[in-house]
Amino acid sequence: MATRHDTAAPPVKEGGAAPGRPPADAEAARKKRARLSRRWQRDMRWSPYAFVSPFFLLFLAFGLFPLLYTGWASLHQVELTAPTDMSWVGLRNYTRIFDDDFFWNAAKNTLTIGIISTVPQLLMAMGLAHILNYKLRGSTFYRVVMLAPYATSIAAASLVFVLLFGRDYGMINWALNAVGIDHVDWQNDKWPSQIAVSTIIIWRWTGYNALIYLAAMQAIPQDLYESAALDGASRWRQFLHVTLPSLRPTILFTVVVSTIGASQVFGEPLLFDANKGASGGSQHQFQTLGLYLYEQGWINQHLGRASAIAWTMFLILIVIGIVNYVISRRLRASS
Amino acid sequence: MRARIRTARKAMVVAAVASLGAGLLAGCADDGGGDGSSSGGGSGGSGGKTKITLGLFGTFGFEEAGLYKEYEKLHPDVDIQQTVVERNENYYPTLVNHLTTNSGLQDIQGVEVGNIAEIVKTQSAKLLDLSKYGKKGDYLEWKWQQATTEDGQTVGLGTDVGPMAICYRKDLFEKAGLPTDREEVGKLWAGDWNKLVKVGEDYKKKAPEGTTFLDSPGGLLQAILSSEKDRFYDSSGKVIYKSNPAVKAAFDLTAKAAEDGLIGNQTQFQPAWDTTIANSKFAAMSCPPWMLGYIKGKSKPEAKGKWDVAASPKSGNWGGSFLTVPKSGKNAEEAAKLAAWLTAPEQQAKLFAVQGSFPSTPAAYESDAVKSAKNEMTGDAPIGTIFAAAAKSSPVQTIGPKDQIIQQGLTDNGVILVTQGKSPKEAWDTAVKTIDNNLDQ
Repeated sequence: MATRHDTAAPPVKEGGAAPGRPPADAEAARKKRARLSRRWQRDMRWSPYAFVSPFFLLFLAFGLFPLLYTGWASLHQVELTAPTDMSWVGLRNYTRIFDDDFFWNAAKNTLTIGIISTVPQLLMAMGLAHILNYKLRGSTFYRVVMLAPYATSIAAASLVFVLLFGRDYGMINWALNAVGIDHVDWQNDKWPSQIAVSTIIIWRWTGYNALIYLAAMQAIPQDLYESAALDGASRWRQFLHVTLPSLRPTILFTVVVSTIGASQVFGEPLLFDANKGASGGSQHQFQTLGLYLYEQGWINQHLGRASAIAWTMFLILIVIGIVNYVISRRLRASS
Repeated sequence: MRARIRTARKAMVVAAVASLGAGLLAGCADDGGGDGSSSGGGSGGSGGKTKITLGLFGTFGFEEAGLYKEYEKLHPDVDIQQTVVERNENYYPTLVNHLTTNSGLQDIQGVEVGNIAEIVKTQSAKLLDLSKYGKKGDYLEWKWQQATTEDGQTVGLGTDVGPMAICYRKDLFEKAGLPTDREEVGKLWAGDWNKLVKVGEDYKKKAPEGTTFLDSPGGLLQAILSSEKDRFYDSSGKVIYKSNPAVKAAFDLTAKAAEDGLIGNQTQFQPAWDTTIANSKFAAMSCPPWMLGYIKGKSKPEAKGKWDVAASPKSGNWGGSFLTVPKSGKNAEEAAKLAAWLTAPEQQAKLFAVQGSFPSTPAAYESDAVKSAKNEMTGDAPIGTIFAAAAKSSPVQTIGPKDQIIQQGLTDNGVILVTQGKSPKEAWDTAVKTIDNNLDQ
């Protein structure tokens, strides 16, 4: 604000080189300047809001309004076929979630699929990043390749995996048979189907997380490793005592992001048994919360119930967020 | 100088806000625009032509059969355009959404038979009464009835129906020591689904290795249920699938056949099921006319001519669609005329010749296109007359708004489980629990 308009160009004093102007004129000019100055101030004050407004307007229209509307709808019995025809049921949509076996089944599946996809995924990502952190020929090539699964569409990837995991003609069962293991019904048995769905998730996100780890690893000062090596630490010890502690914030970040991702898993299980749509297998053996929400809302058209499920998921996510926060504070305090 | 910067800045703000606003408005306009693109009532446009848009799913085949071009030739002032969504599961929810908000609709919207009851019940106020445009006498009575409201408004005109027969492999039947002539085969199970399962037992005794009698539990259950007059709803609109003995009997018969290993462990229309067609892994399946096209698409060349078509134990209907005309469209009247024309007997006969969609208008059954219809897969079988007979004797079925959910629950969360080693009782309980949860509002 070094060049404020009113101070930057001082008005010319009367009796200067120029012929004097009638006083009334000077008065008008002063007023005009004052008006411009006020406009300038208003401009400086409000323009930034105008500049940021697009995001917030969009957020209001497509973020906040749906959120509030879903909250309102979740207190009603309302069908997608007649969304204006709402009848108030209070908290019934929420209370019935407590003894809705399908909801809890979906919640359990979300948790187990989340664990068997996130944990191996992050461990593998760490390992990959560690290997890529060595001097390698063509390292850019490997980095690009690792990101390729992430760039592939879920739909395309899932379709390929469905073929691989086919019971009668799938390649994985064929390979298992070749080494003498009985064929596995990947779609219809509980754990195999969950493992298969997790495989798609792992395949897709491992490279992405590995690149994040790799970026963090490369920011670790080289002299830490040098002094560790001087102290006689092996590669493994270096990894344990230098790399891991330096990566702590990054690990925390990937855990949080992966947890949120895992709680919203949707595309992979939906397409894993595309014909049964959102029911997640004949016995709902891999129906996640996202799928159950979709099934209630869009297949069965129960908008009220679906909204209540959405809000319950939201609350669960908040709880997970708080737990994450507490853990991360503990970790920070202990380091 | 500074002043100019300020104005420039202000102009930018204005421009930004304006473009944002315009964008939003444009978005809205676009949304409500399906009907608004006509130039008939507006000022100029694409040469003063009336544009009629169709929103369809799957393969109606109007365009492939050249019907749009023909209509445009007959009516030079009309311009027809269609948008097609591949799968009805993706198409239908959007359609319901658009109808309830009265926006984003095309001038003509297709509706699948599994959804027509719900559309009739919940959306008929938004749809044009087409009984003034289509001739009631042209259509199969039950087809006309399905799209008619209680107070006599007909909101959809039938495009096609799916009368059912049983398609079977002559070569496999022969190897298993069964007759292969379509008349004789039809007599084996005439009038009773139990007899069909009996034939399956005979087949199994001498079955060629690695094959089953039928393809999938879902196919058999669908066939039996589609030949029942009442299944999931009674005529007053009450859900009765649990207490209806016909439904339980159909379920039990299918479950028994699955338990005895007469049916392949497959879900229809999945890649693995397609492969069983290609590899000739089953000897018979319930098939509406459109299934012949599907079989053709999935079979290897050597299967050509090895199939034949016999009458189904009882006549039923599987599939078929309707055309509806939303009232909010600017060209509703023109659209209704087009819908009536597209579903008239002559056009349905043409559609059958090209696309295999079976006419819902009995008058078309007398046409050469239907009478002389042959199919590569079934050799010289007179499929036109076989399916026409089935269509005429199909029951007037009571259909309800959530038929699809109930059917899907019985199939995908029910009988399929028997092939995976669950007891029929467990399978039934799982199905009922799923369906009840899905119906519960």
